[in-house]
Amino acid sequence: MSAAIRTVGLRKTYRSARGEVEAVRGLDLEVAPGGFFGLLGPNGAGKSTTIGMLTTLVRPTGGRAWVAGAEVSRDPIGVKRRIGAATQRSTLDQALDVTENLEFRGRFFGMSGRDARSRARELIELFGLGDRRTAMPRELSGGQARRVMIGRALMHRPEVLFLDEPTAALDPQTRVALWEILRALHADGQTILLTTHYLEEAEALCGRIAIVDHGRLLAEGTVAELKASVPADEPPSLEAVFLTLTGRGRRE
Amino acid sequence: MTRVGVAHTFLAMMARDLRVMRRGFVSTFLRVFIQPALIVFTFAYVMPKIGTAPAVAGAAGPAATFSTVLVPGIIGMSMLTQGLMAVTFPLLRELGWERSIEDRVLAPAPVWLLGLQKIAAGAVQGLIAGLLVFPVVTLLHAEGQGPAIAWERWPLFLAIMVCGALLAASLGLWLGTVIDAAQVQAMIAVVLLPITMLGCLYYPWAALSEVRWVQVAVLANPLVYLNEALRATITPGIPHMPVWAFLGVLLLGTAALAWLGTRSFTRRVLA
Repeated sequence: MSAAIRTVGLRKTYRSARGEVEAVRGLDLEVAPGGFFGLLGPNGAGKSTTIGMLTTLVRPTGGRAWVAGAEVSRDPIGVKRRIGAATQRSTLDQALDVTENLEFRGRFFGMSGRDARSRARELIELFGLGDRRTAMPRELSGGQARRVMIGRALMHRPEVLFLDEPTAALDPQTRVALWEILRALHADGQTILLTTHYLEEAEALCGRIAIVDHGRLLAEGTVAELKASVPADEPPSLEAVFLTLTGRGRRE
Repeated sequence: MTRVGVAHTFLAMMARDLRVMRRGFVSTFLRVFIQPALIVFTFAYVMPKIGTAPAVAGAAGPAATFSTVLVPGIIGMSMLTQGLMAVTFPLLRELGWERSIEDRVLAPAPVWLLGLQKIAAGAVQGLIAGLLVFPVVTLLHAEGQGPAIAWERWPLFLAIMVCGALLAASLGLWLGTVIDAAQVQAMIAVVLLPITMLGCLYYPWAALSEVRWVQVAVLANPLVYLNEALRATITPGIPHMPVWAFLGVLLLGTAALAWLGTRSFTRRVLA
């Protein structure tokens, strides 16, 4: 198993009293180790459900998926040990301060108290949160909370980092600053899978991009490959690729 | 994943909960004191002083004062409410708008183990509450109204305390997964209040033979078994259920609620 992430016919159908919703309908993906991979799609495309399945929080209803060699359905604990994930919404532990959020994450993953402390200090510096180390999550700005989330996801040095809409609702300065951090992480060899609906974000960061909609893979390739697929009468932009593939109808 | 790894994760989660508990210790456990202190003050101090000491129902011996009846009942009530709330209240936030449970769900351990860890941490709080109210209920009374407490069965007493705390926390886990934050007031009114008011605090269960339908109805209340168990161990002079009855219900009830709670918790956490 050489791929960092591989999915074969991955499927998720939510069943409730109101009926069935097919969120992901047979997805085949492959992300190479060390890759910076973007999962791009409009709202409701199945991006978050896909990340949910890859991070073991959502149980697939069909197909298979491996992360760093561990299969998500059969070895969820093995998967959890190898991944870090930062979700779209803050899921910081509101009862702990910034440093404790990081330290306890490390300790959950078997680090000693001393190792967790020094790793937390290192990440707090890296993310420029030095003056917020004892702040409670409710005292943080949106951008700071997002940085703590990503720092926390990196505590145990995961093989694969999942970022679900990491810069949603951030101002442009904060977004660009976060991009710099992500680029540096990737340059250090970190495999990253990121979902976004900001086309410029995918273009700025990702080596390869998959465009998904209605739970299906529509196109996959480098930015240049995707642009080359645009019809001759359209401008060769990622936006044109995206709109050609996913349509121009409004999404909720 | 090695067993050592999973055990380490479990202990780290316990450490997290103890850190949070320590931070709010004074305010949490000050609250625990108030209701028991008021009950004992009313029934074991004020009422005897004004000449209306409640009679001890159930034909106890002459040494049995009303505070002897109250001691097990109040310890049981404090443990049950604190053990339950220590799990339910944080869980409503963690599963609700905070969604902060995800931090620990992503830790390398099975999700059901996180449920059991929540029970263990809640039980610690329930146990502390039970032990903290002990001096209040034994020392606060008018002259001659002190409780008669026997320590001969202390091993069984300790076992009952631990089992009772686990039962309370298991019930808390289950409730915390089946209700949402908007239903807390209703939960207190519909679940917690009847459990404590009809939990055989002020009289032993045997005395209810005068009102047979109540005696049968309260058998659905877990606090009844806990209080009867505590009576059997530290105030054996007061009538109480046979050991097999309360021990059987406490053990089976704890196991059943822990199973229900962890199952429901797993369903709430994983989509």
